Amino acid sequence: MSLVATTEGARRWVRFTPAERMARFAVYLAGVAAIVWSARTIEIIPEFLLDAPEQVADMGSRMWPIDWRHFWPEVWPALIETPHIAAMATLLGLAMGIPIGFLAARNATPVPWLNHLARFILVATRSIPTLIWALFFVAMFGPGPLAGALAIAFHSVGFIGKMFSEGVEEAARGPIEALTATGATPMQKIVMGYWPMALPTFWSVALFRWDINVRESAVLGLVGAGGIGVALNSAIDLIQWDRVALILLTIFVVVVVIEWLVTRIRERVI
Amino acid sequence: MSATVTRDDFFAPSIGRRLIYAGLIVYVVYAAATLGLSLERIERGIGYGARFLAGFFPPDFTKSDILPGLLESLQIAFLSSLFGTLLAIPVALVSARNLMPRVVSWSGRLIITFCRSFHPVIIAIIAVKAIGFGAAAGVVALTIASVGFVGKLLAEAIEEISEKQIEAVRATGASFMGVIVFGVIPQVVNRFIGFVAYETDANLRNSTMVGVVGAGGIGGTLFSAFQRFDYDFVAGIVICIIALVMVGEVLQLVVKRVFR
Repeated sequence: MSLVATTEGARRWVRFTPAERMARFAVYLAGVAAIVWSARTIEIIPEFLLDAPEQVADMGSRMWPIDWRHFWPEVWPALIETPHIAAMATLLGLAMGIPIGFLAARNATPVPWLNHLARFILVATRSIPTLIWALFFVAMFGPGPLAGALAIAFHSVGFIGKMFSEGVEEAARGPIEALTATGATPMQKIVMGYWPMALPTFWSVALFRWDINVRESAVLGLVGAGGIGVALNSAIDLIQWDRVALILLTIFVVVVVIEWLVTRIRERVI
Repeated sequence: MSATVTRDDFFAPSIGRRLIYAGLIVYVVYAAATLGLSLERIERGIGYGARFLAGFFPPDFTKSDILPGLLESLQIAFLSSLFGTLLAIPVALVSARNLMPRVVSWSGRLIITFCRSFHPVIIAIIAVKAIGFGAAAGVVALTIASVGFVGKLLAEAIEEISEKQIEAVRATGASFMGVIVFGVIPQVVNRFIGFVAYETDANLRNSTMVGVVGAGGIGGTLFSAFQRFDYDFVAGIVICIIALVMVGEVLQLVVKRVFR
């Protein structure tokens, strides 16, 4: 709220200062400009769009009935690999992200250059999409779930570290000062002071990321990094749409089950 | 006062908790075994990785297809954010349990769950089949993903609004639409703009990926460069993607600060 004087000399309350109004206007303007520019320049082939209803109907007819015969032995092993990849990736991401998160938190690590370095690592890992990480790791370790787990882990580091460092920075000063008064070393302050206070953040970040990672691990197979995506990719390459439908259904079930599980655990733990 | 209370009485770990931890460790060992990890494989992999990184230098920015790819990714991100967030508003209003009867809100939730369950790239595969290669498929795929994400967040935001303002609007004799427009929307609009900024950022990240399955944007260029083993070009594209995503993240924070 700010107070402005009108021309009649009376004072009037307005909700935003002129600077706030200008900033909001600038955001709206930029948004509209971006959309107008995109709509005018995007390359869309109209023939393909006209064809779409036909294609969708064709795809639908070929997806039904769902072909359950492929469930065993092709879909099930790939399906079960997907949550494993997600779990290992989450653990590895936590193992790398939590120390970097502590380094990025300004109160736990009062060394500016270390904070900046840690923040840079977090932003950089987060900025590379999972599929690109997966391409690298497939080239390094060959196709398979290992490449997938590493790809998701490296992408998760940025997210985990950022959220966790924000949790650490919100920690209360009192207990830390008490520890300092007893002559605790910086490491002891982290283990005895910051870590217990950041524990709820840790659980919430770990569960949230696990949920996301299950979804992500379903696409990695497209570049050969294991999981249900491999089965999906081969079904699409073979144009067996009834099998594609089966795989999509199983992905849906797994994701819904994991999400339900995460909500349950969250209720219990946090 | 008898001093029978010891530290252990307060901090004794429960049996159940220990069992959960033990189960977790067993699972981790089992899951790690399925990854096919071996020292020799890691050693060889690191060797490949080193060669790979050497191939990245110097990054090649000179090829002419980087800029059009990046611009197409931007177009996909902006348009899908627009369509996705516009569609998410009615879906969220329908899903909010405090506004709608149970049956209706369940159907809205089903739509949201469905849109959210599949990764944008998987939706993109189907979209490519439906409307052919190119940016249109990317826009459709990311629009569906945005409906799921923004719909869920907005529905939760609507469920948290204050009932008092709705009652006040209703007391003036407002119609149902009046209640929505003057009672519900004003309470969530700032958070909604935050969600839109967040989703635009997320769409920007994903629009660099959907190209891998042929749905337009820089991802297609990257994937074909990768398959040609044109690693210095790959490095150039990846650096451009990182820069784009970082700019998106900064802009998202700016928008959030303006509308706080």
